[in-house]
Amino acid sequence: MITVNKMKPSERMKIPRQVSIEQKPDERSHNFKEVSFGVDEERALIEAARCLECQNPVCREGCPVNIDIRSFIQLVYQKDFSGAVNKIRESNYLPAICGRVCPQEEQCEQVCTLGKKHEPVAIGKLERFVADYELKNNLFTPPSIQEKRPEKVAIVGSGPSGLTCAAELAKLGYQVTIFEALHAVGGVLRYGIPEFRLPRTILDLEAERIKALGVKIETNFLVGRTETIDEFFKEWGFSAIFLGTGAGTPQFMDIPGENLNGVYSANEFLTRVNLMKAYKFPEYDTPIKIGKSVAVIGGGNTAMDGVRTSKRLGAEHAYLIYRRSRTEMPARLEEVHHAEEEGIEFMMLTNPTRIIGDTNGRVSGIECQKMELGEPDESGRRKPVPSNETKFIIEVQTVIEAVGQSPNPIIQSTTPGLKTGRKGVVIADELQRTSRDGVFAGGDLSRGGATVILAMHDGKIAAENIHKYLQQKAH
Amino acid sequence: MYCIIEKKVLAPTITKYLIEAPYVARKRKAGNFVIIRVDETGERIPLTLVDSNTDTGTITLIVQALGKTTKALALKNEGDFILDVMGPLGNPTPIESGKTIACIGGGVGTAELYPITKALKDAGNTIYTIVGARSKELVILEKEMEQVSDKFYITTDDGSYKRKGFVTDQLKELLDANLGINMVYAIGPLPMMRAVSNLTKPYNVRTLVSLNAVMVDGTGMCGGCRVTVNGKMKFACVDGPEFEGHEVDFDEMLLRNHSYTDMEKISIDRFLEEPHVCRREGMAS
Repeated sequence: MITVNKMKPSERMKIPRQVSIEQKPDERSHNFKEVSFGVDEERALIEAARCLECQNPVCREGCPVNIDIRSFIQLVYQKDFSGAVNKIRESNYLPAICGRVCPQEEQCEQVCTLGKKHEPVAIGKLERFVADYELKNNLFTPPSIQEKRPEKVAIVGSGPSGLTCAAELAKLGYQVTIFEALHAVGGVLRYGIPEFRLPRTILDLEAERIKALGVKIETNFLVGRTETIDEFFKEWGFSAIFLGTGAGTPQFMDIPGENLNGVYSANEFLTRVNLMKAYKFPEYDTPIKIGKSVAVIGGGNTAMDGVRTSKRLGAEHAYLIYRRSRTEMPARLEEVHHAEEEGIEFMMLTNPTRIIGDTNGRVSGIECQKMELGEPDESGRRKPVPSNETKFIIEVQTVIEAVGQSPNPIIQSTTPGLKTGRKGVVIADELQRTSRDGVFAGGDLSRGGATVILAMHDGKIAAENIHKYLQQKAH
Repeated sequence: MYCIIEKKVLAPTITKYLIEAPYVARKRKAGNFVIIRVDETGERIPLTLVDSNTDTGTITLIVQALGKTTKALALKNEGDFILDVMGPLGNPTPIESGKTIACIGGGVGTAELYPITKALKDAGNTIYTIVGARSKELVILEKEMEQVSDKFYITTDDGSYKRKGFVTDQLKELLDANLGINMVYAIGPLPMMRAVSNLTKPYNVRTLVSLNAVMVDGTGMCGGCRVTVNGKMKFACVDGPEFEGHEVDFDEMLLRNHSYTDMEKISIDRFLEEPHVCRREGMAS
């Protein structure tokens, strides 16, 4: 493999890892603008020069969608930013999204050779830089489609797995239609991930690029109710179907007081703010109430999004209540770090036992129990057990529960023969095939709750195997 | 975009709309609802489907203009468009046969009750219908309801039309008359459905109510519409909208439905301040 950087590895190692330019914490915690502006061209070029151009680029193996990271960084180094983004797009059609929300620190950057002794190459920041460069300079050209194929494929759900699957199949020439239940595309990228992490303009542009491939998008279409999977095969003439409906059913803790006014599932809270723009009330009609103090329960990315959103809506105190300790928190390190900077008050090893209401049925407080860590549980993490300390009450007006989601059961219950597993996930094999012939599934629907990039991985694998399936059927 | 094909004012503030929504029309069953959003800055609200026509691809909604969204809808005319219509949602009403059923509609709830009553009548049940309204001018679908009923009663709160009083007064009389009523469907304002459920409980007559909870997505995703039924948490959108009236915690639901009353008022006041709105609203009501 050729190298393009003339610097010696020892010299490259001396270059410090470049950091993003960010809005200041006290400023950004009062607005919904993007936290990070990413790296500029100067920093991107410095960062690209750090790459060791390994002969065996392990970073690529660390990427769930197998991006040719080494080559795209080489193109950045050579200032061919457009070439770099097109290189990424060969493996991942949504670089502006991945560059923002992927947990690179657990994937490509975790295995980066440079990272063994120094800090790894900021692969995610470079990905975002080239994607943003292309956007800013309007350089996007849709990839050419070799041959048009007659087969129609339905994609159910327009989240990360569905969008990826649609793009890959459209590139292969298939007639692809995406069906989305909500009024806007993006799935969790639209209703779940806040504007300050993923601006809607970025999402809208990525969706436009999917359309540029000839993909049709039907919004306000709830598959299972509006039409069923069987009808799609029999009446609509679809030859294959990909299910990517995510894990949209919120779970509740099952503690007293959960139906008081002011208790939200993270899904409802985030949907009101992100999809319905409740943060712009009364310009937008959808209301949201926050009060002075908010308690968000959970330790994942959804909890982080909820608590940081609460702060932005004007909460004086935004508490993050988590029953385990800091090290067990599943949220991305960067999000935890950002939350801390923004003044989020972390209450670790704390478990809510009851939500307290006033005479009008509104939340007035939350009763909690201090926990301590016991023996490891089935997840391998040390299990939190109640401590001997007495319970205490925190005064809050809003409680947001981010304690997990499970798949929406509508499709499963209206599709005979579609096998499901624990928590209602649709069972898919390593080729993303379900128990129904011609039906594939991926993302949170088959995983139960994972990341955007793993959903994209599934969408991509599903597209490859739908292609194989349709080719076999044709011959 | 969904076109309003026909618009007809049925009573002050109550309007009937025929909207082009072929996918929904194809699948609608009695008891289903849709989520609509009138325009880009609008809220998503659930509205019960009154009727549909698969030939013309239209659905029928009957809506009382009470909140900001329904008032904005009332300003739309034939040929205008609504931004979003999604459905059909919710479980269809189980249509039983061979029963003697009291169908009770309160206010605009009568519109939601109509398709159910019709389906129950078509299935061969004996139907006693009671329609209640605050006053004569708010009685809707009188002719239509009468046609699908074996016995038909109207009550008005102020006595301006037919019997003075509440639907429960009439229902109590019917229950006491031992007519063999073995099922009740009640759709209307929450206090009315609560009153009906409280009345029928000692008579041990199964009572179904249709809960109009606050919803965002309508597909089971937000949980905003959660209600307590028989001590368990249910989502009105996917587990309902119909539930056993004797098991519903109405008090909790009444509180939940008032979650945003103050903010709703801000929205309405702001909306009414827009000059073009004032004039037209004045004409309509």
